[in-house]
Amino acid sequence: MIAMPCVSPDGKPTGTGLKTLTSVKEGATTPDKIAEATGQPMFRVRSGLRELVNAGFLEEADGKYSLTETGKGVL
Amino acid sequence: MEETLTPKLPLIGEKAPEFEAPTTQGTLKLSDYKGSWLILFSHPADFTPVCTTEFMAFAEIYPELKKRNTELLGLSVDSTSSHIAWIRNVEEKMGVKITFPIIADLNKEVSSLFGMIHPAQSKTETVRTVFIIDPEGTLRTILYYPLTTGRNMQEILRIIDALQTTDKHHVATPANWNKGDPVVVPPPYTAEGAEARVKEGYDCKDWYLCFKKL
Repeated sequence: MIAMPCVSPDGKPTGTGLKTLTSVKEGATTPDKIAEATGQPMFRVRSGLRELVNAGFLEEADGKYSLTETGKGVL
Repeated sequence: MEETLTPKLPLIGEKAPEFEAPTTQGTLKLSDYKGSWLILFSHPADFTPVCTTEFMAFAEIYPELKKRNTELLGLSVDSTSSHIAWIRNVEEKMGVKITFPIIADLNKEVSSLFGMIHPAQSKTETVRTVFIIDPEGTLRTILYYPLTTGRNMQEILRIIDALQTTDKHHVATPANWNKGDPVVVPPPYTAEGAEARVKEGYDCKDWYLCFKKL
């Protein structure tokens, strides 16, 4: 089992994942802004965003992140 | 047939090879560290004495490294479960919290990429390596220590200070330099430059050895 700090094994976002999703909802759409809003180091933000995109909570276009319908549904 | 590992040693000045690996803080890529300095280091094994002292020492300098925009990423050929059990034990028994991620390199993918396994020392464990990678992903320093010798954290901090000073001020740093000491002015490469150098107001022992305070 590979540890995923933003998405738990049952496919739901973890506390860190929810914090990231909330920051996106509140307008932080780039990794820099998300790092600033959540207080996470940039490497954690980048890996977390990758997990949240793969799990279908976020989508990315031109380096900007937005919530999917699934992402909106968990907030 | 015996498995043979051919360590590939990435060289200073080259781009560090990209990888994606499971860690105690999720799957990380080297490129996740773009924009910050990174100390990628290997240790032989979890739950071993010298490694435990090193991890406590790395944890101690981590706040200082953070002030220097520098992250730590450990690695050994152990599982994430083993890493987690070990760092929990270090916190419980030694009172030191390990907050940086550790790669679980069970398939030796990253250690082979960086030449961290030296078969004459051990075919299964990584030696004590330190790879300092700059914010653009270029390998700037490589240190190798044998299994029996724990690393000197002040030297690692000193190298970070030296590299950052070099990048900022375009100077070099002399033997035993520490932050705040005079730095070396790069020597001129022409006779005309040599002639001029001794008149430029630096503390020169001769045209090729000049110091200045920053």
